[in-house]
Amino acid sequence: MSEYILETKNLGISFGGLKAVQDLNLKIEKKQLYGLIGPNGAGKTTVFNLLTGVYTPTTGEFILDGENLTGKSQEVINHRGIARTFQNIRLFNNMSVIRNVLVGLHNQSEFHVNPFTSMLRLPKHYECEVNMRSRAKELLRIFGLEEERNNLACNLPYGKQRKLEIARALATNPKLLLLDEPAAGMNPNETAELMETIRFVRDKFDMTILLIEHDMKLVGGICEELTVLNFGTVLAQGKTDVVLNDPKVITAYVGEDE
Amino acid sequence: MAYFTNIKNSFKLKNYINYIGVTLFLVITASMLYTGNLNRSTANLITQIAYSIILAVSLNLVVGFLGELSLGHAGFMCVGAYIGCFVALKLHSVISSPLAVLIITMLIGGLVAAVFGFIIGLPALRLKGDYLAIVTLAFGEIVRTIFKNLDTFGGALGLSTKKYGTSLFIPALIVVIIMLILVQNLIRSKHGRAITAIRDNEIAARAMGINVAFYKLFVFVISAFFAGIAGVIYGHYATPVLYSFFSYNYSIEILVMVVLGGMGSINGSILAAVLITFINFQLTTKLSGDLAALKFLIYAIVLITIVIFNNAPALQPFKERFSLKGLIAKISGKIKSIFVKTKDIDKERAKIKDDAAEWKRIPTKIDMDALLSVDVKHEKTENQPDEKEDK
Repeated sequence: MSEYILETKNLGISFGGLKAVQDLNLKIEKKQLYGLIGPNGAGKTTVFNLLTGVYTPTTGEFILDGENLTGKSQEVINHRGIARTFQNIRLFNNMSVIRNVLVGLHNQSEFHVNPFTSMLRLPKHYECEVNMRSRAKELLRIFGLEEERNNLACNLPYGKQRKLEIARALATNPKLLLLDEPAAGMNPNETAELMETIRFVRDKFDMTILLIEHDMKLVGGICEELTVLNFGTVLAQGKTDVVLNDPKVITAYVGEDE
Repeated sequence: MAYFTNIKNSFKLKNYINYIGVTLFLVITASMLYTGNLNRSTANLITQIAYSIILAVSLNLVVGFLGELSLGHAGFMCVGAYIGCFVALKLHSVISSPLAVLIITMLIGGLVAAVFGFIIGLPALRLKGDYLAIVTLAFGEIVRTIFKNLDTFGGALGLSTKKYGTSLFIPALIVVIIMLILVQNLIRSKHGRAITAIRDNEIAARAMGINVAFYKLFVFVISAFFAGIAGVIYGHYATPVLYSFFSYNYSIEILVMVVLGGMGSINGSILAAVLITFINFQLTTKLSGDLAALKFLIYAIVLITIVIFNNAPALQPFKERFSLKGLIAKISGKIKSIFVKTKDIDKERAKIKDDAAEWKRIPTKIDMDALLSVDVKHEKTENQPDEKEDK
């Protein structure tokens, strides 16, 4: 119905007197790579927490693919199609790589099994388990993690942990993928590889991606549109090259010219 | 047909070793009983072991798999024991078969305990760690105090019940097997993955769309259900059912079994339950009179020794050298090496080569090479114009 996959209308939240985010209006088209940037403490991760239901917005609303998800719980929002990764990687460290992805597949309605069905090992349990495993293996193969599928997630190198987190988020079959600083702590080679991965994910899965990033090379390289936040308010919005050359944005990042 | 191939594909002997162990144990002890080789005291010990296993495994669900500290497990057992035995006393006049009474009361006791598990699960949604431990601890104490003050349940004298007889351990061990099947099936399914995911990283689990509230309540309910059943078995074994048995000391003892056996290890819980019950039983029967006071001292020393041996890093090499697993691996390795000596060496070599390739692929190394080569070029280009100027 609407051409935008995600639309936020005056989205905002305040903690006591602190207005962490206010009047955020995002319009993200399908298959777009959208960047959310801003100096430290600008409220970028808070926006992610609002969109995934960790916080309930105090003002405004957000609409995913024509459905108002404001105030819904995290499970419901995830089920409706918003998945995320974390700034500091949050994998299930004591579980194997494939199990991490299997947990991502947990909430999909096609794999829904009653706990008692599993406890009694009825036919449906096996059917579902086999399907889940083949889907997980396919996802791991796409991300080149198939070899490591039985290793513990905490033993993977950093770049692969990032990849696994994206794979796990994709396993929930989202319409919109939120990436929170995917290039944090990566060397230039890994960042270049990550850029490829993100583009690949967008093309392969027809995914809309909203990402937070500090690495301007990555942002300038792959994002089509940008929103710049500063102190919780929108500083600039629009096409990437226009926004990045905006004097206001440059001032916010590197300070006033003297 | 597909059903059976699926079962066949997912079959691993390792996963079934504990069913086989308990079944063998059951067959041996039952045949001993019917040939008259099992004395009363050993039968009692086996019954104690059976309900201890149920308690330890069900607590392991909460502590080991869900990762919430619960100190009120004896409270659920208390509910099961009192309710189950109360119903049993009424049922004995209606149903003549004691086995039927046992089965019915186990279900009733378990279900009532499960209701309490649900009630305790509710604060578990809001509280974490130490705070939840305090709530569960208080729950255990409250429950037994309530039963102490209810005259319907015998008050301070306890509820005197009808004993089942020496063969109680047979249905008890069958219940152990059924519980092991149900619990392990749960753990080795998508629901088990969800539960361990909550333990590993609750925030990520929520973000992956796992219904954390449902699974926390579910685990508490299942765990309380089995604890209630253990209570009913206890009630049929010991008479009278006395409130003082379910003190928090007993909750701690169950927790000790779980910790000793390893959090999240069902086989470990079983072994620890057997071991601790055995030590306890021997100490209470062997030490009488003035020596009875020594029971707790010896028990504590044994426990501390086992825990140190199990967990101290300094003893790790010693443990590895003499562990059963290591011994089996060594023997099988030797047998293998006799047959396939050359092949193994080739494999090792191939592996080393693979490792080398892996090292080359590490990006930092490539980076260094790139930097070095750039530097060399840089020198050349700088030097050339200098020379020209000199000329």
